[in-house]
Amino acid sequence: MSALTVTGLSKSFGGLRVTTDVNLNVAPGERRLIIGPNGAGKTTLFNLITGEITPDKGTIHLFGQDITKTPSRDRPHLGMARTYQIITLFPRDTIIHNVSLALLGLTPARWNPLIDIKHQGHLIEHARTALERVGLGDIADRPLSQTSYGERRRVEIAMALAQNPKVLLLDEPFAGLSIDERRDVQQLLLAIPRDVTIVMIEHNMDVALEFAERITLLHFGEVIVEGNRAEVVADPRTREVYLGH
Amino acid sequence: MNPRQFALGIAFVALVTVPYWMPGIYYVNVASQILFYAIFAVGLNVLVGYAGLVSLGHAGLFGVAAYATGFMLQSGYGHPVSIIVALIVGIASMAVYAVLALRSTGIGFIMITLALGEILWGLAYRWISLTGGDNGISLHTRPEPFGYSLASPSTFYYTTLVVFVLSVAAMAVFVRSPFGAALKGTRDQPRRMNALGYHVWLIRFWACLMSGLLTSVAGILFVYYTQFISPQTLALTSSAEVLLMVISGGAGTLLGPIVGAALVVTVKTVVSGFIERWNFLLGAIFVAIVILMPEGLVPGSTRLWRLAWRQMEQKLKAVPAKDTLGPPP
Repeated sequence: MSALTVTGLSKSFGGLRVTTDVNLNVAPGERRLIIGPNGAGKTTLFNLITGEITPDKGTIHLFGQDITKTPSRDRPHLGMARTYQIITLFPRDTIIHNVSLALLGLTPARWNPLIDIKHQGHLIEHARTALERVGLGDIADRPLSQTSYGERRRVEIAMALAQNPKVLLLDEPFAGLSIDERRDVQQLLLAIPRDVTIVMIEHNMDVALEFAERITLLHFGEVIVEGNRAEVVADPRTREVYLGH
Repeated sequence: MNPRQFALGIAFVALVTVPYWMPGIYYVNVASQILFYAIFAVGLNVLVGYAGLVSLGHAGLFGVAAYATGFMLQSGYGHPVSIIVALIVGIASMAVYAVLALRSTGIGFIMITLALGEILWGLAYRWISLTGGDNGISLHTRPEPFGYSLASPSTFYYTTLVVFVLSVAAMAVFVRSPFGAALKGTRDQPRRMNALGYHVWLIRFWACLMSGLLTSVAGILFVYYTQFISPQTLALTSSAEVLLMVISGGAGTLLGPIVGAALVVTVKTVVSGFIERWNFLLGAIFVAIVILMPEGLVPGSTRLWRLAWRQMEQKLKAVPAKDTLGPPP
């Protein structure tokens, strides 16, 4: 059974077809890279998969379960987590509070108005572990407003990982990072265990190619090429629309 | 004991002893007004400060609870039944508000709540068989829970104080809770909260009901205080006034709305006795707050206090350093 299956997915914004009959089959534990020029519909595909946008046609299955009509807020509870290309965090709070919110989102305690969140020992501990995993354990209590861009990227990933997802969708996790920071994030992604399936959008080919097992090339909302690393890189269409000559 | 706890302790002692040190009954009544308007402002702050949803129709809810109390008493029901019905009617009205207004946020939310507030004001004016129209409804008695009569200013003050302390304590627990954290999350990043598995709409809806509960409590205290309710209470100016209490004191803080309520009520009732154009004064104060501390009086004063403290510390450190230089050559 596939971890994530997308069948005949289409979406138009008015006359603009952003996703056209996309089929995607990601095996459990696979590392899938989605590439394509700007405006190819990569982030839109993520938004369709996570349910932030409703598709016009097609279905989405998560481990065999049809989730096409499942509200996006329920999908994290089924084991789907994502990060954002444009960093989307809680700037007024500390790093650990950001991660605590990610953890809290999956527990019934999120409705509780009577207990003190600071006294939820297991929650804080769990959040701290998640931050240690991405190398931010030392600065867990720092306000987010006092962190660097690279640290925020890692907080994004820590929040997704904290939810213990089965399928992790990473939207340009290397965007805007320095060479050193890229290496750190790469180590971090390589350390994610194989029971997590990863689909990643990325433009940084040097780090991304090394990571990916299979690659899907999108162009104008359509899947143009799909295959393993060597096949896709060698394909003339990849050179034409994406890599250049 | 840190300075904050110390200041809160002093404030609490001052509040408990109000009838003993205030120069007259009139001022005890002003203190009661401050307290129930503070509950109202704390209730509105749940939405404005913690949910990021600005309502301009809260005077409508405040008035509905007050009218419900008046109508039930007029119809011959006792105080307990009237109060419970008023709470239910107030919260139910808030639920209707929420279902209609939560279709949007930002300007949309403001405009829908404004329209709903105006509808309630219009009903209060026109539905004469229910509200008495322009003449309003008068209350002839105040409750006597367990034989404790609320007829005198000081007994009414103490009852209001108890309700006030309970309300603020409930808010203090609420803002530290996971649900409070989730609500603030929906204010700052609704999209991310949704992607993390939170039901953003339902969180906002519950917050609305909490706001409606506090607003209704304040409305009931108001109607027992004035023993009269008329459409004027539901007017847009009342909604704007309580919004100004929240914003001037500091939206999204626990104490801000209380300080804001104290400011507005004091200027409106006490200072207006000395200055005829008190509206002008209040306007000038608001402008000054917006310019000097746009975050509100409570967070603004804390910021200025810290700044002054740090500068004083630096000066103290600088003095002995000068001595080590020795006499000039």
